[in-house]
Amino acid sequence: MATPSTTAGTAVLMASGRPRSLWRDAWTRLKKNKAAMFGGFVVILLLFAGITAPWIAPYDPIKQNLRDNLMPPSATHWLGTDVHGRDIFSRILYGAAISLRIGFLGALLGGAIGVVLGLISGYYGGLADMLIMRLVDIQLAFPGLLLAIAIIAVIGPGLENVIIAVGIFSVPTFTRVVRGSVLSVKQQDFVMAARTVGATGPRIMRVHLFPNILAPVLVLLTMRVATAILTAASLSFLGLGAQPPIPEWGAMLSDGRDYLVLAPHVATFPGLAILLAVLGFNLLGDGLRDALDPRLRI
Amino acid sequence: MFGYFVRRVVALIPTLFGVSVAVFLLLHLVPGDPARMVAGLDATEADLVLIRQDLGLDKSLPEQYLTWLNNLLHGNMGKSTRSRNPVTYEIGLRMPATWQLTAVSITIAVVIGMVTGIVAATRRNSVWDYGSMVAALLGICTPSFWLGLMLMLIFAVQLHWFPTSGRGDWRHLVLPGFTLGAGAAAIIARVTRSSLLEVLNQDYIRTATAKGLRPATVIYRHALKNALIPVVTVVGLEFGYLLAGAVITETVFAYPGIGRLLVDSIGFRDFPVVQGILLILATQFVLINLVVDLIYAWLDPRIHYGNA
Repeated sequence: MATPSTTAGTAVLMASGRPRSLWRDAWTRLKKNKAAMFGGFVVILLLFAGITAPWIAPYDPIKQNLRDNLMPPSATHWLGTDVHGRDIFSRILYGAAISLRIGFLGALLGGAIGVVLGLISGYYGGLADMLIMRLVDIQLAFPGLLLAIAIIAVIGPGLENVIIAVGIFSVPTFTRVVRGSVLSVKQQDFVMAARTVGATGPRIMRVHLFPNILAPVLVLLTMRVATAILTAASLSFLGLGAQPPIPEWGAMLSDGRDYLVLAPHVATFPGLAILLAVLGFNLLGDGLRDALDPRLRI
Repeated sequence: MFGYFVRRVVALIPTLFGVSVAVFLLLHLVPGDPARMVAGLDATEADLVLIRQDLGLDKSLPEQYLTWLNNLLHGNMGKSTRSRNPVTYEIGLRMPATWQLTAVSITIAVVIGMVTGIVAATRRNSVWDYGSMVAALLGICTPSFWLGLMLMLIFAVQLHWFPTSGRGDWRHLVLPGFTLGAGAAAIIARVTRSSLLEVLNQDYIRTATAKGLRPATVIYRHALKNALIPVVTVVGLEFGYLLAGAVITETVFAYPGIGRLLVDSIGFRDFPVVQGILLILATQFVLINLVVDLIYAWLDPRIHYGNA
């Protein structure tokens, strides 16, 4: 299904005479997608905020200054202060680093386990496939946040544990998508050829299958960062994630709940930060999906 | 159809078995002595021995599982370590509140979602369409706890239209219901729109339009009926997700449902209650999915479920 923009993109590429590749084509299509570019911009902005927070944040994110507590937004405190007099803008900048770290590590952890399970399940089939799919079914029987909450119930709250919980929470989605892709890729001749010349299962998975399922994995990874950030913030909001005084967005929002009447800005801004981050990664993921393979539906 | 029904129900057994093993292991995977956890920090060694016997912790793990499963099938989920009440009693006390909230939310989500989806699809590429889809995107990306607090701030704290928290008459359900249902509404809107657009492209719709029927008749009498099949599936799935999503909404609005109980119980390390709630919610979710699949098979005569 070629959309006008993709055919135009292909035409430009062919005219330019440069070597074509899946990734270059995809990049050409991605650049034309305004929503995806906005998403990418948001992601870069957040990365910048998170990395440079120690230098650009106007105040210390942890140190309390009780004399200035619950101040509304002003020239000195752009987004106001919380109940301990801490500058909310500075805490949101530091929080970007925390949320992105959870988001990336959680998605990567879930992606790594899910890709391995999906490759084994899809390539070998049979008993391995059945066992892995049963495991996925069991995990998916705990809807939404419930799986992450169950894991936290076992391993306890805390920032590092949230990464583990969010990671495991993402495994079934990756396993299913990778398995599906492997099932279609392994039918192709080059896999048969590799098997004929005596390549081992692990080698076929690593050298032949993995590069060919990278596109859907990359799309899913981007979207799962958004889910991971939202899940981690939800856990922190419930008191099961990051503990005070860590400037995690969900935890900040939870603090702000008690001062909703007195100082609504305390809860408002961290929520906007979460919304922006989730929106950014989702738009980028949507754009990547359309750019890499318009038929792909994750 | 009956064969399909039987096969689907049988296929549930391994999943439910796996869920029960996972939930059973929860108590045993938690670092520390389960007996100590049940007894509390001030228990003596003699108490612990008694509790180990009482809970069957001196037996092997498979034996313990079978005992636990046997009790479970007889409706005995053990006792809450916090209140000392049976877990079934604690859950029975809170579950209706969550069902009520979920029912209100899914109703709100279906009404808002379908109306938005129909408006967007019938006015394709208009301001209405773009506006609806931007709203749907925001609905999907907005953290529900933040939405809840903002609604509370505007409609409870400032306008005093609704109470801020708790459970009582219908007014207590409006803000939590909307908070919980917003994400589902967004997804239902998207699915309704794309499904309706697909149907509107088909030949029989062109025929209906060509023979001079009013656009409203074409949409509501001809198109919507077929477009609704995927929507029904999504509504069912979302209903299952909402039961779990209630954890957050109930926390925001201090609503005494099962989700609030779950979070509290984790805080108090009341693991029998945690186990019970996880089991109940997972079972409900699996059963809802089954019903959704069956309704889907029943609604769409194009799908044949042979005896594969």
